[in-house]
Amino acid sequence: MSCDQCREREAVIHLTQIVNEQVTTLHLCERCAAEKGVESPGSAVKTPLGSFLAAMGKGPEQTPSARSADTCHRCGATFQDFRESGRLGCPDCYRTFETPLRDLLRRLHGSTHHLGERYAEREASAEEAREKVADLREQLRLAVETENFELAAELRDRLKVME
Amino acid sequence: MIDLSLLADGGVGWLDASGPSSHLVLSTRIRLARNLASHVFQGRCSETAREEILQVVESAARESVLLRRATRYRIDRLDRMDRQLLHERHLVSKELAGLEGEGRVRSGASVLIQDRIGVMLNEEDHLRIQGLHSGFALDQTYAEVDRLDTELGQRLAFAFHPEFGYLTSCPTNVGTGLRASVLIHLPGLVLTKEISKVLQGLAQVGLTHRGLYGEGSEVVGMFFQLSNQTTLGSSEQELLDHLGKMVRQVMDYEEQARQVLLRDAPTVIEDKVWRAYGLLRYARSLSFDEAMNLLSGVRLGVGVGLITDVAMYTLNKLLIYSQPAHLAVAEGISPDDADLPLRRAQFVRKVLESEVGRRG
Ligand SMILES: [Zn+2]
Ligand SMILES: [Zn+2]
Repeated sequence: MSCDQCREREAVIHLTQIVNEQVTTLHLCERCAAEKGVESPGSAVKTPLGSFLAAMGKGPEQTPSARSADTCHRCGATFQDFRESGRLGCPDCYRTFETPLRDLLRRLHGSTHHLGERYAEREASAEEAREKVADLREQLRLAVETENFELAAELRDRLKVME
Repeated sequence: MIDLSLLADGGVGWLDASGPSSHLVLSTRIRLARNLASHVFQGRCSETAREEILQVVESAARESVLLRRATRYRIDRLDRMDRQLLHERHLVSKELAGLEGEGRVRSGASVLIQDRIGVMLNEEDHLRIQGLHSGFALDQTYAEVDRLDTELGQRLAFAFHPEFGYLTSCPTNVGTGLRASVLIHLPGLVLTKEISKVLQGLAQVGLTHRGLYGEGSEVVGMFFQLSNQTTLGSSEQELLDHLGKMVRQVMDYEEQARQVLLRDAPTVIEDKVWRAYGLLRYARSLSFDEAMNLLSGVRLGVGVGLITDVAMYTLNKLLIYSQPAHLAVAEGISPDDADLPLRRAQFVRKVLESEVGRRG
């Protein structure tokens, strides 16, 4: 979300105001918020991404050697690029910048560990294909049972292709 | 001009007000952010890479059950009015429609839609799998989105990290990639001035709020989109349960606020509600914001039983079809036409005249 004021930087402060029963929400970047004298009081919620990125930008530990190590081999993104855009360059950036990212994720989400569904990379094994056919047959049975004939016809077509 | 009639229900099935708690909750939306392991993220993607992403995902969709008959719109080949139309219909994000900032559309920006689910392609992430339901329906919506995610995940290779989960271009979405939003009408809390306290409370328990049109949008017509802020460190079910619990609490507060208003200021509320209704029925010129605020007042009147002959579905329909691009398309004029407020008032009068009394 970009800042309502400058329309350039990422909005990190969201200020909801109610005046005469009209609710308005102002989304500001840190710089514009500071100019307006907003210091994330009661109704304003500061997202940690903005303050983290700002802190990284000001950090005194920015030695040239540390910076050169911070280039993603796959996409060529540097940590400076991430600091400026708030976006990573590719999946491998998560490995390249693992250490500072872990710190950021902890601040953003309160954790670094994914506890949701695990994604199993697909392997087109024969075993899997057999399971898929069995699964489709089961879906077909349910579709017929619930008189969802359109779906049943689709499933029959797909089984025909696979068998 | 794009043809929305290609969609089974014109893509507006979600506003039929048939879902649970639909007097308070307009719709439930869930999206999952996914990226292909084979390609760099959007910010570094070339035009060619984005075309590849389209091809790969579309062929996976054709093999799937849930998106097999999907209608595809290439957003990057539509003019601004059509893009705005899709966004007003809540089918694509403002980002994908290229309506943010300078209004540039990313090459390859597309959407596949089949019934209540779909996938936005070449959004901030390669895929944004999404589902939209009428009313308060987190579990139903997630079940459908999850099935589509599984189907696509079997045919595509998603970027996944053993510790961080699904990898996204912005670290605010990493992990589950799940964002669930509930679009809720809270006039009672606004009128009793309790709303800031409630929104503050929600922020403290990790929920965010936005306006009617998603990220960066203003709160209009007292509609709020409540959604989870974090995506990592909790399972999908935990995220949904937490949001669901909080939304139910907000719904309770809203009902209480309405009771307080009816008890302590009945004449003020009655006047406000009937005044809104009267203006909608007889005004000759309505700006979009004014129409939204008046519809909000009438919706409150229907919700507390003061107005009995207007259906929620009629109000939802007015909400969508009185938006600038919708109205302009229906009237065959430009969205900037100075006549638009007159046409809007005319449209609203006509719909109310023909539908009021026919209880839905
Ligand atoms: Zn700014
Ligand atoms: Zn990279």
